[in-house]
Amino acid sequence: MVTTNIAVGSALRVHEVHKSFAVPDAPGTTRLALDGISFSIAAGELVSLVGPSGCGKSTLLRLIAGLDFPDAGELLVGEEKILGPSAARGLVFQDPNLFPWLTVRRNIEAGLVARGVLEAQRHEVSDFMRLVGLEAFANSYPHHLSGGMSQRVALARALINHPKVLLLDEPLGALDAFTRMRMQDEVLRLWENRRTTMLLVTHDIDEAIYMSDRILVMTPAPGRVDRKIDIDLLRPRDRTSEPFLRLRSQILEHLHFAGTAADVSA
Amino acid sequence: MLAVPLAGAIAFAAHLAVYKNETPMEARTYTNFLATFLIVSILIAVGQHRWRRLRVAVWRMRPLFTAAVLLLCAWELITAGWHWLPLPYFPSPAAVLQSMISDRALLFDSTWHSLVLLLAGYVLGALAAFVSGVCIGWSNSARYWGMPLLKVIGPVPATAWIPLAMVVSPSATISAAALIALAVWFPVTMLTSSGISNTRASYLDVARTLGANQRYLIFRVAIPAALPSIFVGLFMGLGASFLTLVVAESVGVKSGLGWYVSWAQGWAEYGKVFAALIIMAAFFSTIMTLLFKLRDRVLVWQKGMIKW
Repeated sequence: MVTTNIAVGSALRVHEVHKSFAVPDAPGTTRLALDGISFSIAAGELVSLVGPSGCGKSTLLRLIAGLDFPDAGELLVGEEKILGPSAARGLVFQDPNLFPWLTVRRNIEAGLVARGVLEAQRHEVSDFMRLVGLEAFANSYPHHLSGGMSQRVALARALINHPKVLLLDEPLGALDAFTRMRMQDEVLRLWENRRTTMLLVTHDIDEAIYMSDRILVMTPAPGRVDRKIDIDLLRPRDRTSEPFLRLRSQILEHLHFAGTAADVSA
Repeated sequence: MLAVPLAGAIAFAAHLAVYKNETPMEARTYTNFLATFLIVSILIAVGQHRWRRLRVAVWRMRPLFTAAVLLLCAWELITAGWHWLPLPYFPSPAAVLQSMISDRALLFDSTWHSLVLLLAGYVLGALAAFVSGVCIGWSNSARYWGMPLLKVIGPVPATAWIPLAMVVSPSATISAAALIALAVWFPVTMLTSSGISNTRASYLDVARTLGANQRYLIFRVAIPAALPSIFVGLFMGLGASFLTLVVAESVGVKSGLGWYVSWAQGWAEYGKVFAALIIMAAFFSTIMTLLFKLRDRVLVWQKGMIKW
C-alpha cells in the first residue's frame, strides 16, 4: 500500500532570500523580485502563499525547487542547503506539463525511470494510479485527458518519488470551479495520508483558507512576505462558516490595502 | 456505380478505333491491359451488389479510377489517334507500356541500383544529421561552431558539389551517396536542432524536479519533444535526396533510373523515357508513403493533434 510507505515531510526554512532579475527593456538595470524573504515551515505542514500576480510567488517556488538560485540568503530542507533540483522536492505547475509522448502510466513512471529505480519500484505505479483514480486511463495519451485528470496525473507523477516537500504552483488555477473544489479535497486527502510538507502557491484566497495550516501573504514590488496567518479551523472546513468568512475579508482587506500602497510607491 | 466500367469501355473503344487501320503489333499488350481493366471493373461493379465489404473498399476509389482511365484515353487519342503531338517525343500509352515490358530487366536493375544508392545516402545523411542536430540544439558550444557551418554550407544545393565530388572520390557511386547524404543532412540538422532547442523549458524543469540527469533530459525529454520537427526535416530531406539522386545518376553514375532516362533520351527512345518516369513516380511515392507510415507509428501520441 502506498499509505504505509510514508516518506514523512521535511521542514523547510527560507532565510533572508533576495533575488533580482535583469530588466530586458533597460540593459544594466535590475528589478528586485524578492526582498529578504524569511519563513519556515514545519515538517508535514501545509502552507499557502497568496498574493497578487507579480509578487514573486513563482520565483520563490523555483528557488525552493532548486531550478534557480538566490542572489543572497539561504534555503534549507531539513538541515540540507538547496543546491539544485532534486526528486526530494516535487513541483507541480498550473499547466500539468505531462510529457505528451508518454502514456499516463509512463508519465507516472517518469520519476522512477529518471532515478533508475523503475525495476525496484514498479509495483508502486499501479498504487499511485489507483490513488488518483486513473487506472482506466493507464494507456491513454495526455491530450485525451481533461484538465482535472491531467493535474491528477501530474500529482501522482510528483508523489511517486515520495518527496519530502511538495511545491504546488497554482496547480488548480486552470480548472473550473467545481473540478477545483473536488481537487482541493483530493489534495487534502493525499496530504493527510502522507504528511508530505506542502507549499501551495495560489491567488485564490478561499482555496488558501480552505486547505492550509498557515497562510503567508506576499506583497509585490519588491516581493515581501507581509503577514503570516495561522488558520486554526478544524478540517473539513466549511467555506460559508462565519470564522472562514471573517478570515477571508481580513486577508482581502489587507491585500487591497497593500496593493494600493505598492501602486503608489511604484 | 457504372462510371468505371463505362470509362473503361470508352477507352477500349477509342483504342480499337485508333488501331483498327494499322497492324497493332506493338499495341497488343495495351489492348490486353485495357480489356483486363474493363473486365475487372465490370466484375467489381456486379460483385459489389453482393459483397458489402467490396463496395466499401472500392467506393472511394471510383472517381479516381474513372479519371485515370479517361486520362489514358485522352493521351492515346492525342498521340496515336490524332497525332497532335510530335513523335518521337510523345509516344502513345501503348508504346510506353510496350517499352516498359520489353526493357523490364534493365528497368528493374536500374530501380534496384537507385534504391540502394538512395537508401545508403539517405540513411547516412539522416543519422549524421540527427547527431549533429542534437548536439547543435543542446550544447551552446556546438551551436557556436556548428551554426555558422550549417548556415554557410547548408543552403548550397548538394548538386552544386558534383564537379568537385567527381574529382575527389574514386568512385562515382560513393560520391553520389555522399552528395545525397549532404542533401539530407542540411534540412534534418536544421529541423532537429531547432526542435531540440525549442523544447518547452517547463518539460525540462519538471524532469529535473523528478530527479532527471543530463542523459534523461536529452534522450527522454528533448529528443521526443523534437520528434515532430525532426520528421518535418526527414520529409524535406527525402525530397532533396530524390533530386540529388536523379541528377547525380544522370551526370556521373552509370546506373539507376536517372541514368536510364538520360541514356534512353540519347537514343531518342522516348517510350523508355516515359516508362522510366512512371516507374520513378511509383518508386518515389512508395518511399514517401513508407516514411509517412513510420511517422504515424513513431508519433502515435500526436494522433488527432496534427494534420499533415
